[in-house]
Amino acid sequence: MSALSDQLVTFAILAYLVAMISHAVEYALGNARARVAAAPVRELVGAGVGTAGGLPPLAPAVVPAAPPGPTAAERTARRARLGGRIAVAATALAALLHLGALVARGVAADRMPWGNMYEFVLTVSWIGVAAWLVVLVKRPSLRRLGLFLSLVMVLLVATAELVLYVPVVPLVPALNSYWFVIHVSTIVFSSGILLLGVVPAVAYLMRAGYEQGRRSFPYTLAKRMPTAAALERLTFVLHAFAFPIFTFAVIAGAIWAEAAWGRPWGWDPKETWAFISWVVYAGYLHARATPSVKRNVATWLAVVGFLTVLMNLFGVNIFFEGLHSYGGLPD
Amino acid sequence: MTVVDDRPATPAEAPRRRPHRVLALLRNSWRQLTSMRTALVLLFLLAVAAIPGSVLPQRGVNPEDVRDYFTAHPDLAPVLDRIGAFEAFGSVWFSAIYLLLFTSLIGCITPRLRDHVRALRSRPPAAPKRLDRLPQHAVFAAPAGGAAAVAEVLRRRRWRVVVRGDEVSAEKGYLKETGNLLFHTSMVVLLVGVALGSWYGWSGNRLLVAGEENAFCNTRQQYAEAKLGPRVGSEDLPAFCLRLDDFQARFLETGQPEFFNARVTVDEAGGAPRPAEFSVNSPLRLDGANVYLLGHGYAPVIRYTDRFGRSQTSAVPFLTTGDVGLTSEGLAAFPDANVDPATGARDPNLQMAFTGLYLPTAPDAPPYVRSEYPTERNPAVNLVAYRGNLGLDAGIPGSVYELDQRQVRAGKVKEVGTRLLKVGEAWTLDDGTTVEFLGTKPYITLSVRYDPGSTLLLVSSAVLLVGLMGSLFGRRRRVFFRVLPAGSVDPGGGSPTGGSSLVEAGGLPRTDHPGFADEFGQLVAAVSGDGRPDERAGAGRDDGDRSGAREGAE
Ligand code: HEM
Repeated sequence: MSALSDQLVTFAILAYLVAMISHAVEYALGNARARVAAAPVRELVGAGVGTAGGLPPLAPAVVPAAPPGPTAAERTARRARLGGRIAVAATALAALLHLGALVARGVAADRMPWGNMYEFVLTVSWIGVAAWLVVLVKRPSLRRLGLFLSLVMVLLVATAELVLYVPVVPLVPALNSYWFVIHVSTIVFSSGILLLGVVPAVAYLMRAGYEQGRRSFPYTLAKRMPTAAALERLTFVLHAFAFPIFTFAVIAGAIWAEAAWGRPWGWDPKETWAFISWVVYAGYLHARATPSVKRNVATWLAVVGFLTVLMNLFGVNIFFEGLHSYGGLPD
Repeated sequence: MTVVDDRPATPAEAPRRRPHRVLALLRNSWRQLTSMRTALVLLFLLAVAAIPGSVLPQRGVNPEDVRDYFTAHPDLAPVLDRIGAFEAFGSVWFSAIYLLLFTSLIGCITPRLRDHVRALRSRPPAAPKRLDRLPQHAVFAAPAGGAAAVAEVLRRRRWRVVVRGDEVSAEKGYLKETGNLLFHTSMVVLLVGVALGSWYGWSGNRLLVAGEENAFCNTRQQYAEAKLGPRVGSEDLPAFCLRLDDFQARFLETGQPEFFNARVTVDEAGGAPRPAEFSVNSPLRLDGANVYLLGHGYAPVIRYTDRFGRSQTSAVPFLTTGDVGLTSEGLAAFPDANVDPATGARDPNLQMAFTGLYLPTAPDAPPYVRSEYPTERNPAVNLVAYRGNLGLDAGIPGSVYELDQRQVRAGKVKEVGTRLLKVGEAWTLDDGTTVEFLGTKPYITLSVRYDPGSTLLLVSSAVLLVGLMGSLFGRRRRVFFRVLPAGSVDPGGGSPTGGSSLVEAGGLPRTDHPGFADEFGQLVAAVSGDGRPDERAGAGRDDGDRSGAREGAE
């Protein structure tokens, strides 16, 4: 079972890679189409040839100016759409493989697969991708965001596999409690949503810059992204959804800590960083609710908030020693 | 998305008198402090100020690490200590930030509370003249029953409704502000709970070795470390005694712990002694105190027989060194050894002490420095014998777990030899005296605590959560309906229904949310008495109430 889980993780990474590449193709074709469509009809053919070097072959050079069939632009658009569909399908497949890996791992360990940092990161990232698929069903127009999302997934899952991997072991007694399930599941769930939330947040920051006319490097990436307003709204919705769950998880952690360690709150490094994340996200929600604070300032707070979550996920396990040292990093 | 009125920066009417300078300054500072911007800055500062507490070792979390830090950074550590960096969360700067934040918070919620109560008691406002200026607008044929019928439909959907002649005003979504106030207020209550706990709470740590003779009773002296809140005296500790009868631990083959359980006999004031059990995650809850199991280890039983043939036994816990195999380190001291039983004369230079390592599972071959497994598969104690003045009579408090190294350095205590002893083995020293290793007793590390604020913490955090959801997912909105007499000018332009009377409707989301247009449409359909849309509107109402789900669905 454990070996099966490991294999499924590898396949999931591959599927995320495929998703990322397909998204990138869609993106590139989208750019090409924009250029082609902007060109006058007469130069259309030339434009197609001109871009063929860096891109998949477009139209043959001898297309008449007003062809009876689909124009080159239409064909490119269709290919872009196909790339997008393949990307979404690959993401869904990856999410399934990923889920399979988690289930196999849980069966092998005979418990929920959240016992160490490896399993934790795997679960958090799965929640993120599952939530993304839900968002996609509700808002197909946000599909292009998948490029960033699949990039994040490849990075996270591969890091988990390459750096954090540990074999299956049972839980230490301190974790053997129903509070383990309550506290950790909610932390994992909210972290997953926050992970997804940072994707539109970053995309928003780039897109907002682009819409304001910035044409330098990171902003140009956002050229084919959904509108800044839509990204900003998605950012808020995800954070507003995750924040109460995260709050509940922290409270549940305090209740558990009272039972296990004799105090609800002791400023253990994990607790401290959870506090920091909570305060930063509260700051984000405040900033967003305050008209005098600019939206991109607020969104930066969300990004900072996610950095603190990452710090808790990785940094605290690696740098500090505390009561939460169950990370189980390989020596 | 939220339409928040930052509270007006200046009072509406001009000051009647020339305000006093100091008063004006105070008022301005207060206004600054309670502004949302300041709250934001303070929130951010609070987050930043929490970082040193996680990076530097903290006395409250791990005093040994602080001591190590002092050793490692002899120049830097005292400076850091002076600014409270090792007790960051109790430091002046951290306290200053959160106290300012909470002052700001109280200054923020008090006027909002007043306004909200006023809003709850007042009726929805009169409809504006031009409903077509509102974000949502519709005109439709008037239902039978006119304004009263419209009001009835709205009431059934739990809107707060007022009818003024031909006009109906309705409002919904007070939950948002209620939740917001609950949330922020419960944060203040949470802080009160924390304060209560630190003033009236107490805690103590100690080791408890198994056996009748090692039972402990709850007095301050019985704790290795005790922390009493400023409002707690030693006499306030509840009376109870505790005896460890048995301790069980199970481990995996890797040495990873799997299960702990302590069986004890509790003797509380006013009751017969009773057996009880507790473990990690399920503390022993007594009247006025909770007992937590934090760790465990072994206390080797060591018997020393002196020159006069008198035997004494030590069963002092050996402290675990932190490895998987539970290698433990400790001291068996016999300050009363070699006292002549006939004359009672003591020779302080003939006191005996044995330091050493206890290995629950000793390796088969030397070096005997690291236990291979946490349970006693091959128990052995690796002892170093010392003879001389242990320094215990000098009145300087020393640790019972360590030999006073000052005496060793001063040459007052001399090493006599070293030997590995298995259970039951004896070692005859150079002067003919013997030391035997009889076995071990388990001990547990206990934390005994009382926190009178914990109930308040629990209740306020539950309220906090409920309030938060209300605040995040609630949305205020108003709708207005005006029944226009037949034949009046139709503000919607064309007149779709000829001569019969019309209803003009307008909707105003006080909290901006995209679902409002749908909700308004469904409401209009319901009010106009259209059969099928009414069903749809029924579903719509559900959606509106589960606004959290809606928000996710947007
Ligand atoms: C202890 C520090 C504080 C924390 C952790 C905190 C946290 C929060 C959170 C999580 C929200 C929900 C966000 C939302 O409804 O969109 C909120 C809303 C709000 N807070 Fe605070 N808050 C704090 C202090 C303050 C202070 C000092 C003020 C006043 C200046 C304030 C005024 C508000 C207002 C007006 C809202 C409503 C925003 C809205 O209508 O959406 N808060 N707060």
